Amino acid sequence: MDATVNQTGQDRRQYITFLATGQEFGADIMMIREIRGWTETTALPHVPAYVRGVINLRGMVLPVIDLKARLGLGMTAATAKHVIIVVNAGDRTVGLLVDAVSDILTVSTSEIQAVPDMVHENQNEYVDGIAVLDGRMVTLLSMTKLAASLGADKGLDQAA
Amino acid sequence: MDPMESIKQTYFQECDELLLAMEEGLIAMENGEADSEAINAVFRAVHSIKGGGGAFGFETLVSFAHVFETVLDHVRSGTLAPEADVVKVLLRAGDTLADHVAAARSGGFVADDEVKSELSALSNAEAEDLSASSADIDGLNFAPVMIDLDGSATPPQTNGNWRIRFVPKAGLYAKANEPFLLVRELTRLGTVEATPDTSRVPSLAALDPDESYLSWNITLKGCEDRQKIDDVFEFVTGDCELDIEAIAAAEPDPAPAVVTIADDVVLPAEMGSVEAAPTEKRSVAASGGAETQVRQTIRVDLDKVDRLVNLVGELVITQAMLSQRVTDYSSQQGAAVTAGLNELEHLLRELQEAVMAIRTQPVKSVFQRMPRLVRELAAQTNKQVHLVLEGEATEVDKTVIERLGEPLTHMIRNAIDHGLEMPDERVAAGKPPEGTVILSAEHRSGRIVIEVSDDGRGIDRDRVKQKAVEKGLISANENLSEEEIDNLIFMPGFSTAGQISNISGRGVGLDVVRRNIVELGGRIGIGSTAGKGSRFSFTLPLTLAVLDGMIVAVGDQTFVLPLSHIIESLLPKASDIRSFGAKGTLLNVRGGYVPMISVAELLGIEGGVTDPAAGVVILVESEGAGRMALAVDNIVGQRQVVIKSFESNFRHIEGIAAATILGDGRVALILDIDGLVSRCRDGRRHEMQQAVGA
Repeated sequence: MDATVNQTGQDRRQYITFLATGQEFGADIMMIREIRGWTETTALPHVPAYVRGVINLRGMVLPVIDLKARLGLGMTAATAKHVIIVVNAGDRTVGLLVDAVSDILTVSTSEIQAVPDMVHENQNEYVDGIAVLDGRMVTLLSMTKLAASLGADKGLDQAA
Repeated sequence: MDPMESIKQTYFQECDELLLAMEEGLIAMENGEADSEAINAVFRAVHSIKGGGGAFGFETLVSFAHVFETVLDHVRSGTLAPEADVVKVLLRAGDTLADHVAAARSGGFVADDEVKSELSALSNAEAEDLSASSADIDGLNFAPVMIDLDGSATPPQTNGNWRIRFVPKAGLYAKANEPFLLVRELTRLGTVEATPDTSRVPSLAALDPDESYLSWNITLKGCEDRQKIDDVFEFVTGDCELDIEAIAAAEPDPAPAVVTIADDVVLPAEMGSVEAAPTEKRSVAASGGAETQVRQTIRVDLDKVDRLVNLVGELVITQAMLSQRVTDYSSQQGAAVTAGLNELEHLLRELQEAVMAIRTQPVKSVFQRMPRLVRELAAQTNKQVHLVLEGEATEVDKTVIERLGEPLTHMIRNAIDHGLEMPDERVAAGKPPEGTVILSAEHRSGRIVIEVSDDGRGIDRDRVKQKAVEKGLISANENLSEEEIDNLIFMPGFSTAGQISNISGRGVGLDVVRRNIVELGGRIGIGSTAGKGSRFSFTLPLTLAVLDGMIVAVGDQTFVLPLSHIIESLLPKASDIRSFGAKGTLLNVRGGYVPMISVAELLGIEGGVTDPAAGVVILVESEGAGRMALAVDNIVGQRQVVIKSFESNFRHIEGIAAATILGDGRVALILDIDGLVSRCRDGRRHEMQQAVGA
């Protein structure tokens, strides 16, 4: 806590945190355009299972990604209580399906740890670091990397 | 963007337009239609490019443009006749100027020495004539000015004092010029004393409001550069009498009654009235539809237009949504509401067309680039080529136009390099030595058709087939129709190696052309007669923003099929459906069998109609694979949909062209029939290979 107080404002960032299978994830709030309720998607053919399809976001056709499935944590059984986080990352706008949004956290750089080397998880590619606050551990996801991975052909054709 | 950069962008945009205008004028000159208007247009274009280029410090461009301009000025003043060989040099100079502009935009170097020396030769040859004739040229001629530009400009004998006699003619006012502003402009060069000469003003009864009676005697002090004075009067030289002479230092100041012009001087009353009348006359002339009438245009940021297009698209969707709701909950009042909605629909469609029209441009901008290409190719191949452009005014969406340049260039290259024969071959074949390539554009039933045709040797089908066999694209014993053979030249990897030159066969095949056209939602048609020539036609949609589609249901999903590809829809009888091989299905359509594929199976959709006889079959025409029958569950309707791309947010999916939003607000995918068919074929081929391997 002391660290937070001592820090100057400039290297502090705000993260929106959300839950997926009991783990807490964080996303840079500056990347988030809006948060909306789950709506039925239109499925896309020949795409991996974690791409849930596309929805109409006020005239824009928005691809929706099941975040849990993307991180290899299993498919989400979406209900009206689930939310879609609309992310603006780089040139892309994508929706992330998550269980619920839990909190907004202010994290300073000193509270972010690198991902431990020995942990080899599917998700590591998209993780910026781990924030440790009051005994809570939040995995900070890189929205840019996550969104950019959609454009790459790698792995996308596996279902085709 | 930094402000200088954005000004530069504007300059380059203007350059593009000016280069087009220049090319147009030069071609008119080439065709012997060199009226003064055409020559002036060319001169103005080169002059403006030079002027702007100077502001940005593009020195090589400016110095070249300057030489070019000098020659043009001789043509304009009549001292150099625009004969064929002169125009030829001018055309090449125009091409070089375009290269200079491109080099200024994106860096690079242009070798212009040769053209430059040819131009200099032209202007020097005429220099004597010019000096000889300058005696009978009065002060309003431009030529002396341009010579001044050449060297160190300033005539040495002046002490900076000038006497200017300025007599505007009525035409000056008719072009909305204003003497006051010109005089005020002079005050920036030095001290000005201007005396109005009212001696020619008649009595009120005799006064013709359209005539110009006033003139001025102006003394300008402290301006070293004669060129600057000429610049002030640059745009009115044709419409006034202008004498500019240097005053020797000792000469006493003339003009006893002096009016010192300052910025805040109010116009004399009579000057105002003399001037107001011509303005009125001008507006009458404009409404009377004079032939010189210029259309008013504004330059608008494309993003703004796109935003408008999108908004109208949203409006159309919302309207469709409302109509659907009203139909769903129709009651007694429903009819009245529906009538209103129908009205709204009509208006919206009109609005949409009007908005789309903003994005359209004449194909001229692409076509105009071709004469140069043809000239270059003709020179490289030693062939004689006559290019005919037709339907340049046909308007198409800007995006389509932008993406048309490359395929057209390719097709013209192809026509000249492969299509046309050498002059002696042509003569031997009983044709004129000069080959003709026709590039035409026209609207045909809601689409634009662009054709490239030549009167050359036509497609050598035996050779094409032989090459295709050599390349392993087809097997030797495959029996192909003429149309199928013609289509082979658009296959990736196909190149008639024997004909490779530095023009065609640069490693990029015609398959790129095909891909470009297909990406635009277009199709390619080929017609060829051996010895008579060939014809390639591109059929393209007018816009990429909307599409007429047939809405079909497959399982719990809704898809849109582009109407342009649909031939007919039918309800198949079980007896018309035949199995073919292990997985294939053929459908009997009035005696002919066409391959049938199930959309549900192809896209992996569950819960749909599995028995094709219970569903609907849509007969489509696909590029390259001919007719296909697509089995769907049923047809929902037919309507215009707004195309929404999701590729920028996601990526391209083969078989899906884009998405759209339906009346209920849900997203529906627009199927790409050619993509689907090729996917299906690849799948089949894959299976076949596996079967063979096993």
